[in-house]
Amino acid sequence: MKKLKHDPAALNSKLIRRPIQRCFWLFLLPTFVAFCIGFLYPFLQGIYLSFCKFKTIKKAEFVFLDNYVTALKDPGFVHAFWFTALFTITTVILINVLAFAVAYALTRGIKGSNLFRTVFFMPNLIGGIVLGYIWSMIFEGVFSHFGTSLLLKSSLGFWGLVILVCWQQIGYMMIVYVAGINAVPDDIVEAAKIDGATGWQTLKSIIIPNVMPSITICTFLTLTNGFKLFDQNLALTEGRPFIQQAGNAIKTTEMMALNIFNSFYASGGSNRGIGQAKAVMFFILVAAISLIQLSVTRKREVQQ
Amino acid sequence: MKKQKKGNDGQQTVNRPVLTGFFAVLSVVYLLPIVMVLMNSFKTNESVSLETFALPTSETFVGFANYVKGMTFGNYPFLKSAGYSLYITVISAALILVCCSMSAWYVARVGSFFSKVVYYLCVFSMVVPFQMVMFTLALTADKTGLNTPWTIPIIYLGFGSGLAVFMFTGFVRGIPLEIEEAAAIDGCGPIRTFFMVVVPMLKPTLISVGVLEIMWVWNDYLLPYLVLDRTKYMTIPIHIQYLKGSYGHVDMGATMALIMVSIIPIIIFYLTCQKHIIKGVAAGAVKG
Amino acid sequence: MNIKRVCAAAVLGSMIAAVPAMAEGKVYYLNFKPEADQAWQDLAAVYTEQTGVEVKVVTAAAGTYDDTLTAEMDKSDAPTMFQIGNQGAVNSWGDYAVILDDSDIVAEQVTDVYNQKNSDGETVSVGYCYESYGIIVNKALLKEAGYDVADINNFETLKAAADDIHARAEELGFDAFSSAGLDGSSSWRFSGHLANMPLYYQFRDGDVTEQPAEITDAYLDNFKAIWDLYITDSATTGSDLLAATGDQSEAEFMSGKAVFYQNGTWEYNNLIAGGMNAEDITMIPIYCGVEGEEEAGLCSGTENCWAVNNEASDEDIQATLDFMTWVVTSEEGTTMLAEQFGATPFKSAKTPENVFLAAAQELEAAGKYTVTWAFNWTPAVDDWRAAVVDAMGQYTAGTGEWDAVVSAFVDGWAVQYANDHA
Repeated sequence: MKKLKHDPAALNSKLIRRPIQRCFWLFLLPTFVAFCIGFLYPFLQGIYLSFCKFKTIKKAEFVFLDNYVTALKDPGFVHAFWFTALFTITTVILINVLAFAVAYALTRGIKGSNLFRTVFFMPNLIGGIVLGYIWSMIFEGVFSHFGTSLLLKSSLGFWGLVILVCWQQIGYMMIVYVAGINAVPDDIVEAAKIDGATGWQTLKSIIIPNVMPSITICTFLTLTNGFKLFDQNLALTEGRPFIQQAGNAIKTTEMMALNIFNSFYASGGSNRGIGQAKAVMFFILVAAISLIQLSVTRKREVQQ
Repeated sequence: MKKQKKGNDGQQTVNRPVLTGFFAVLSVVYLLPIVMVLMNSFKTNESVSLETFALPTSETFVGFANYVKGMTFGNYPFLKSAGYSLYITVISAALILVCCSMSAWYVARVGSFFSKVVYYLCVFSMVVPFQMVMFTLALTADKTGLNTPWTIPIIYLGFGSGLAVFMFTGFVRGIPLEIEEAAAIDGCGPIRTFFMVVVPMLKPTLISVGVLEIMWVWNDYLLPYLVLDRTKYMTIPIHIQYLKGSYGHVDMGATMALIMVSIIPIIIFYLTCQKHIIKGVAAGAVKG
Repeated sequence: MNIKRVCAAAVLGSMIAAVPAMAEGKVYYLNFKPEADQAWQDLAAVYTEQTGVEVKVVTAAAGTYDDTLTAEMDKSDAPTMFQIGNQGAVNSWGDYAVILDDSDIVAEQVTDVYNQKNSDGETVSVGYCYESYGIIVNKALLKEAGYDVADINNFETLKAAADDIHARAEELGFDAFSSAGLDGSSSWRFSGHLANMPLYYQFRDGDVTEQPAEITDAYLDNFKAIWDLYITDSATTGSDLLAATGDQSEAEFMSGKAVFYQNGTWEYNNLIAGGMNAEDITMIPIYCGVEGEEEAGLCSGTENCWAVNNEASDEDIQATLDFMTWVVTSEEGTTMLAEQFGATPFKSAKTPENVFLAAAQELEAAGKYTVTWAFNWTPAVDDWRAAVVDAMGQYTAGTGEWDAVVSAFVDGWAVQYANDHA
């Protein structure tokens, strides 16, 4: 406990460290206890239960890796993985390109920029369930004129979700990009202009490298948002339409989070350990993506 | 910080009215979905699903009937759900702000092994998706009796502390120690130092974290759906899902009315605190 | 000091004494039928008023019973009384049910055919009512179109009448069938009830007496024939049916826009409350072109069976058993059952004024065979039905083939059975 001399990260001042430490019970304990209840214990129990066969945990039976094997053999889960991956790639590109374009345009000093910004950001404040039903009404209104429905064609469901998520998230990412672009030092831009750089060159060689931190964070956010999407999926398509594959009804627009939810709560007789095993794999996937993505993009940031 | 670009670049001057017009049109299109909900909330059920985009006519216009019906639709008063939503959001956000900023200060200022463990656990928890813990969290909440609207803020504190502690810690580390040391020399105890010295400096971060937490909790569906005793307590998202998940009956008009009722407070909140929200989002994202 | 202590002890003592009185069991009923929610809430209040026993009634949203039950059963305050209405539920929840063979409520029954039993033949749940369904007919409209109910006694005659009415719909001002909506609030009429027709006939032919691991596509052509009739001879067709709700179908029938409406005896009260005359309506069997179906009666059976949670405390179990017995013997309980559920297999049951039940009994008296509820054997019933509904939706909207329905039906059964028995 007295090793602080060797610890350069914590600029511990003895003057304030000791008194704070004495108030441990006030400063750290409440959060830590809540953290244990709300995260740590459920997390550890979740890992354990993924190795058990159970319906209610009072009657859980240890089966080791069986649940993982069953989960990986579940065609619905595999389909959900590919669907989610495709959806995420699509939305990461669309949202970031569009949000950046809008942000760039709105920082050019257009009349009414603030108003536009207000409008574009607004959908972000509406919850996923409500968004899902709003768009469900709109899409059904459109598609019914063509004698089809969101619930009939997987491609409609896919693009429906993409449009919904773009509508929701572009505003948020735009705000982050606007902050990033505004933080680019004026003098560099002016210098580039004096050197005769065109608008496009300025954008490519000055603005984009300088807003790399914003690009990092937005890519990170859209990526994890895409993988974790649940509410909108539930409210808009519920996984429909299905295709029949040797008796397995594959829910063609079901994403991973919804698939896991359904494994826990929708199937009558089956074993919930499978759902928990899927959840563990989902966690490893999301964590790995986040870490890889962060380390890759961070490397390319311009060090100022 | 805002830069006003001079119109010395010929290309831009030409483009500007075009751009302005383009964005004006885009803004209108952007708002259309909400306008559609508003319009449909005044129409009869059949008309909502059959002629979604038609303006209400004398035959299909029902005035506020959908709103009146919606308030008690599905055997559960909507205002009760709204009340729970409001309460849970306010208390959870307040609890997270107070507890996590205090913990972050501790973590940033005390370099012990334990505080490092806490810090890395917080970072770790940020990459764990909710699905990983949803089932066991619901069990734990039930077992510990935290499954009521009065106690669910503790669950939110637990699950949300990772991000909040992480953000606050980042900020506290940027505050020069000398100010706090000076306070300590003047005889301030840690509690007073924190509330009188640190909190005022933390204000911008408090606002950005507060905005993020409010947006999260208010719109959250799955956590309260699984944790709360659903048979007694609903929040707005649960209520809306319950309506559409067909309580034996589906009433499109009433659903639209309730969606509208649930959006209005958000819009008011947004328009009044717009500056803080946008700043909070920008700051929060850049920090993260 | 001493006095204080004595006082404290007395207060404490009285508190302890008060506790057992307070802690007598309580009942938590997880109700299955949304339409009966209010009636149960009222009845529970009456019981609490009379006996002081707390009765909580909670109703799951339509189509989510299994998922609500699963979530609730893991809670500390789990339902003490719940539904085990079919074989799938016996498989998943039989282990959680009190064996009821020696209970008072079973002693009150006149027949045990509606009860659910486990593989050892022990009673795990008690059927508290039985219901019939078929095609509800608006006799007045049928007459207006020039037909009589008695003329319809098989698929050909039904189709002839329906086709003719549909062709003249504009002139008559009404159509043959009310909308066969596939929204969640309506689709169970087809994935559950209509799908029973092929199941019943193939089980009858094969003398099936327990839940089969696999089924065949026998009689699925008949299922297709009747389904095609529903979605052709109706004002609502094609993809519009996907989002059409149960309310919509009921409203069409009540407002005289359709002659035929597939539903069950439980609809009687709603139709009367909606302003229909009891003399104008009746119920006929579902005809789908099976050999000898002129001799068919209505589809009768039940999914409404009470089970008692064996993980509840002894007091709660006793309180629940007492409540159940009270419901089927008391004035208030039997009145409510007769009004809401119609026919109940108990000694003190009241006779309902339901013309649909009367029709069921009439047909039975005339020696017609009862089509039993073969769908009670459906494995993982919610999942199986969801897949069938989805395939039917795609077929109906013209974007999918009938083969997909057959696959969802036949292969889906085998897969769900295997999952259930893994």
